[in-house]
Amino acid sequence: MKDTEIKKLLFAHIFCVVSIILSTLIPAFFLENFSVLGTHLTWLCICSACVTTVNVFLYIIVKPNPSSKRSSFAHKISRFLKCCIYFFMSCIVFHGIIVLYGAPLIESVLETFLFAVLLSTFTTLNCLCMLGPNIQAWIKVFSKNGAMSIWDNSLQITTMCSIVGAWLGAFPIPLDWDRPWQVWPISCSLGATFGYVAGLIIAPLWIYWNRKQLTYKSR
Amino acid sequence: MRRCPVLLFLAWAGFLFLAGLWLFASGFLLLRVELPQRSACSPSPAPAAALAVGSCWLPRRFARAVLVLVDALAFEFARFEVARPRPRPYENKLGALHHLAATQPHHARLYRFRADPPTTTMQRIKGLTTGSLPTFVDVGSNFASYAIREDNLLAQLMHNGRRVVFMGDDTWDGLFPKMFSRSYFFPSFNVKDLHTVDDGILQHLYTTVDGGDWDLLIAHFLGVDHCGHKHGPDHPEMAKKLTQMNEMISSLVDHLENDTLLLVAGDHGMTDTGDHGGDSEKEVNAALFVYSKMPLFRAGPPEEPETVPQVNLVPTLALLLGVPIPYSSIGEVMADLFEGDGDAVTAALSQLAAYHVNAKQVDRFLDSYALAAQDLPGNRLQQLKELFTAATEEHAQLLAQVQEGLPALPELEAQLGRLRSHFQHYLREARAVCTASWARFHPFRMVAGCTLIAASCLLCYIASELTNALDFYRHCFYSLFGGLLAAAIFGWAHGDLDPILVASWVAAASQLGFFWHWWSQRPRRVHLASVRPPVASMGLWQRLRAWLGPALPLGILALRCGAMFSDSFVIAESRVVPFLLASLVMLWVGKLHWDGQLSTPPDAPKHPPGSFSCHKESRPLLGLLAALLVCLRLSSLFHQCRDEVLHCQPSPCLAPLSSLRSPQAKNLCYLLCVASLVGLVYAVRRWLRHYGNLNSTSPLVLFVRWGFPLTAFCIACYWAVTSGTEDTLGKLQELVQAALVAFPRAVYGLVAVGLLLVLWKPVTVFAQDNRAAAGPIVTPYQGAPSSQADLLHVISQIYRRMQESLNSRLEGGSRWAAVAAYGLGSVYSAALIITLTLLGFFLLLLHSERMSLSFLLLFLEAFILLRLHVSAMSLAGEAESFVVSWNAVIAWVLATAQFFYSTGHQPIFPAIHWNAAFVGFHEDHATHLVPALLVAANTFASHILFAGSWLPPAPALAVPVRDTQLPVEEAEEGPSG
Repeated sequence: MKDTEIKKLLFAHIFCVVSIILSTLIPAFFLENFSVLGTHLTWLCICSACVTTVNVFLYIIVKPNPSSKRSSFAHKISRFLKCCIYFFMSCIVFHGIIVLYGAPLIESVLETFLFAVLLSTFTTLNCLCMLGPNIQAWIKVFSKNGAMSIWDNSLQITTMCSIVGAWLGAFPIPLDWDRPWQVWPISCSLGATFGYVAGLIIAPLWIYWNRKQLTYKSR
Repeated sequence: MRRCPVLLFLAWAGFLFLAGLWLFASGFLLLRVELPQRSACSPSPAPAAALAVGSCWLPRRFARAVLVLVDALAFEFARFEVARPRPRPYENKLGALHHLAATQPHHARLYRFRADPPTTTMQRIKGLTTGSLPTFVDVGSNFASYAIREDNLLAQLMHNGRRVVFMGDDTWDGLFPKMFSRSYFFPSFNVKDLHTVDDGILQHLYTTVDGGDWDLLIAHFLGVDHCGHKHGPDHPEMAKKLTQMNEMISSLVDHLENDTLLLVAGDHGMTDTGDHGGDSEKEVNAALFVYSKMPLFRAGPPEEPETVPQVNLVPTLALLLGVPIPYSSIGEVMADLFEGDGDAVTAALSQLAAYHVNAKQVDRFLDSYALAAQDLPGNRLQQLKELFTAATEEHAQLLAQVQEGLPALPELEAQLGRLRSHFQHYLREARAVCTASWARFHPFRMVAGCTLIAASCLLCYIASELTNALDFYRHCFYSLFGGLLAAAIFGWAHGDLDPILVASWVAAASQLGFFWHWWSQRPRRVHLASVRPPVASMGLWQRLRAWLGPALPLGILALRCGAMFSDSFVIAESRVVPFLLASLVMLWVGKLHWDGQLSTPPDAPKHPPGSFSCHKESRPLLGLLAALLVCLRLSSLFHQCRDEVLHCQPSPCLAPLSSLRSPQAKNLCYLLCVASLVGLVYAVRRWLRHYGNLNSTSPLVLFVRWGFPLTAFCIACYWAVTSGTEDTLGKLQELVQAALVAFPRAVYGLVAVGLLLVLWKPVTVFAQDNRAAAGPIVTPYQGAPSSQADLLHVISQIYRRMQESLNSRLEGGSRWAAVAAYGLGSVYSAALIITLTLLGFFLLLLHSERMSLSFLLLFLEAFILLRLHVSAMSLAGEAESFVVSWNAVIAWVLATAQFFYSTGHQPIFPAIHWNAAFVGFHEDHATHLVPALLVAANTFASHILFAGSWLPPAPALAVPVRDTQLPVEEAEEGPSG
């Protein structure tokens, strides 16, 4: 049972990683002058959209947490709308936190916001897919004994890795190397992306490694 | 009994840090005293017979000179080797120099020009004009501006009526204000910009040279240096830049006249990465090229170019142009340029004359310097004096012989040669003595100082784990004993004592004593610990887990320390510190959540299993977190700029209110400042009242009730007076002047009184004795004599008395009577808050008005941090409330650094708020002590307010905020006695 779950998780994650890699390579064939550093905002949009699509697609296919019994059409619609609102709110909250951490307030608002959108795609979107629009459940999952399945564990790992990656991405900004990727927010968004990819790779491995210790309470 | 060893230990720890810092600084901060004296044209140090008009000390050889300074022109750049197989981009580019030197060997020559460290442009410009060895800190210089106060070549030229024209790097403008008859400055700071300065110079250079209304023309090209910083030397851009310089030199030569001397020099070299500043071989090797249309040299050029120290340019150029050598110059004249065109003996004699003047001048300088400072070793100075006397006596004898009649030629030549080498020997020795003292880092001292400081940190960490008073006694005793022993041995071994060395030896020895004692105590403790089974059975993983707790905050601290080793991060520190602080606090709260301390356990009886609910503390905690982040962000509005940062606007709040033009804006700002001041006082009083610290009638409480508003009123009045413009209060000018002094002094006085009161009676607890009066049980009736009324009076009293005694017996024994004490819960923190508010008033007064907003933020942030600490501790269920977590300590440290920047400071000299020295003092100070104290208090305001002593009594703030709906006075019942 567990091994098949882990295999599923691994394939889902590999699919995500491949989608991110493709989102950096494919657009170059369609758009002129496309590069991750040069047209960073475009890449941010494409990457966010790509990851969103893949995640929703995977969610529909894999269905990690079988949702509640009620599944009327109206219920689904309201759930979907709720998810959209939550996602937008999380973008705003991330934007606020980034500004409070020292990002410029007025200049480059668009860049900051798109970075917040990217972070939300890496973190909030996964939460929405796995746990639904239920903040209480999110809060519970992100504590020491909160994980109820390997999917929750992988959610913990990918989310933390993306945020730590974004945080580490801020470190090269003050250096005087004059590299194009030191411009705000490129290093941070690249850091977040690398963190997310690292998280995607680490999560199945870590779970596989610790599969003996991981015991889950039933819901 | 416990107080004494702890105080002793703190003093000793302070001494350890100071000793380490001192040792490091003595190795790193090269120090030199600037002398105010200036050389004058007459009297000359070596009177010569007849001098033409316009010449001082020696007859001048050139009417005019052009000094072309090419920043970072390394010797490798200027050298030209025809036989080079494949020249690199920076090689063989200056063909003009090679061509001149090859075709006119008596007119042109290339030298190796050795710069002295530090090889930064500003220090090199100072060296090239004063002829001395400037250090990073020149005592006596004006810290607020960089202007050169010492005697220098440009000042000499100006005093002797010469015209100096300058074009190029605008650093010279700051160094030599108003010394140029004409100047074309171009911005130098943007290192990316390769062409602005050079193109600007080229536009004016040739017309100015042809115009002729100048005596010294200085052109300082920056392109090569900037190209090195941007691309490095090994880059095609460098080839282009050097080719441009080559063209400039060859066309400049065509514009020169016969009486003009051309000097092309680099101020320093360049490493392989294009940097400079240190003392590596590549950085100190610059090039010097000399050319004139008159023949300069008698002999042809040597095989390998001669090496000339940079300071030698100053006396040479001064004497060639016929002006006195600057007073503090320690250079040696370049003898080749003084040969003249007579026969060998006349040439040697004129060289000797130049040497003689030079030696006299250096000797005069050394005498004055030895009087002003003690850093040159006495015995070396004595040796130098002997060398000098011998050489001058020999010179006088020789001159007498020459006047009497020429001795035989070969003998004379031998004598001349010997004398010249004597003079050279003297001058070189003198320079060596100065270099050893001023221009040499002491890496050993730097490393030793760092080691001492690191060991002191370790020691403090160990000491913080010791809680036993007995341990303190023992450790202090051992370490002090070790230190004194070391001092005794060192004093016995060495005759003359260098205080720095003594202090550091004492520090090191006492540390060794401490560590040795600690180590010898350690095995027993480990043994004891291993007896206990749980510790022994603890696995490696658990032990790692236990370590991980302090590892996170200590990691943040390590990041901050590591940032000190990168110059980019040092410049950006004002942004790095809030970032780290925000990260730390987020991590702190996040970890609390991760450990499940923010949620009630799911198996609590009230909730059904599996459901989730927030702890009641978690909401205020999140609120505090958000408020802290907002505080952090807002405080960055008060930052000052460093001059390394381009496109930086200093905060407008740093300027005083009187600089505002529009009256409306001024009034608004003033009201805002006063509002923040009132808010501060109100908040403090409200807090004290809430916890019942304002009930007693002790002098301190009275002071808080009345003195605080009065102090705030005085500050507001002072702001009102200073922010007014001069002319609006024309008639009341004297009154205003009096008020400008009186109000700050009143504040100083009030603050001093308050602090003394705190020291005298720090306790603000109001104890109310509720026990019954010890008098008679029945008070005599004093109404009209009527037995009925008397009886009723007495019966009611007796009844009440019986009821009371019965009650108290029921409650647990009549021996314990009730005493109400108000403000016991905040007995520690109240005194501290009062002290800090007083200090806050004092420091606020020293800053400009609008900084009061920043101070309000500071107090708010400190309060939030303490609340966070307290709630985190209560959530973690710490039994011992005086334990301070690493999170709190490091957040506190980071907040200190953050508010250093947010009160408008930067760790650079021009950012010091000098005007703080004149708050409350109108005219010049009699001593330096008061202004130094005021400026230091202004600079270290944040460090004073954020002293570590706030943290341990913070749990006293633990009376939670949500209890506001309780009665305002919190009474605590305690046993009497």
